[in-house]
Amino acid sequence: MHSFGFRANALLTFSVTVLALICAMATLSDNLNSPSPSAHVQVSNINWFQKSKGNDEVSMTLNVSANLESLFTWNTKQVFVFLAAEYESPKNSLNQVSLWDGILPSKEHAQFLIHTKNKYRFTDQGSNLRGKEYNLTLHWHVMPKTGKMFADKIVMTGFRLPEEYR
Amino acid sequence: MGWIGETVDSVKSIQIRQLISQVVSLGMIVTSALIIWKGLMCITGSESPVVVVLSGSMEPGFKRGDILFLHMGKDPIRAGEIVVFNVDGREIPIVHRVIKVHERQDTGEVDVLTKGDNNYGDDRLLYAQGQQWLQRHHIMGRAVGFLPYVGWVTIIMTEKPIIKYLLIGALGLLVITSKE
Repeated sequence: MHSFGFRANALLTFSVTVLALICAMATLSDNLNSPSPSAHVQVSNINWFQKSKGNDEVSMTLNVSANLESLFTWNTKQVFVFLAAEYESPKNSLNQVSLWDGILPSKEHAQFLIHTKNKYRFTDQGSNLRGKEYNLTLHWHVMPKTGKMFADKIVMTGFRLPEEYR
Repeated sequence: MGWIGETVDSVKSIQIRQLISQVVSLGMIVTSALIIWKGLMCITGSESPVVVVLSGSMEPGFKRGDILFLHMGKDPIRAGEIVVFNVDGREIPIVHRVIKVHERQDTGEVDVLTKGDNNYGDDRLLYAQGQQWLQRHHIMGRAVGFLPYVGWVTIIMTEKPIIKYLLIGALGLLVITSKE
């Protein structure tokens, strides 16, 4: 009963149980945080807009400013943030095209203002982009040190692409 | 030598009835593990509810050896989600983030493009030759939960099989020799 093996086993089982309990409490505590993020996006320029290989493609310059500090808790490893253009076309009920993304490693980096060209190609499946109204949505994924991942977004409406290629 | 001698003695002293009860309890352990795994498959709707991260392509979010809990569900796939997918002709599933989604008006089918957070370009180079998009049937599940380091156990066991056999042997010996 009191052999070395039994004691080692009991100690291991107990420590794993305590560790699992602490992890569960850490991820549950994330629910107590009620974040209030804010974001503002501006399309400062359409660099070019053309049809390539049958698909419309546009290059734009964006000003993105956001304050995501309130997303960070003690259980947050990083926040992945990205800006996506979202629109409907005759063929597709939803098109989501990521334009820019970034990793916020800590709360100190969570308030930012960047001026950037689209990092990924803004290409349609077809040629439906002329005069197209679209939303720019700032999404974020909170990646925890342990436990459940959270995601949410801010939708910004009322953007429109030019009527003609340029 | 005392410890080995005792072990040999206790193996010798096994009664047939005790042996049967030990085989039964070992069977119970194995079958309950199987029940938990299959039950998780039912609940999550994913064919492998837990995966181990094997590459650094999602660093610093997920490192090698972390484990992810998957959920499939009926919800449509959206940009930003971390999905686990299989590519035709590749055995090992890949865990990457969705960056583009095009969902059909009429059929509801989706075209999905993925990228690893730590990779420079998107995943078209990883897909099968000429494949531009992933479809729903490529995707095994989306990551909903995260636990660090635990996956190292399986990585070590697959890369160093000797440790696996040693561990199984030791556990088996423990089960056989333990009274009660």
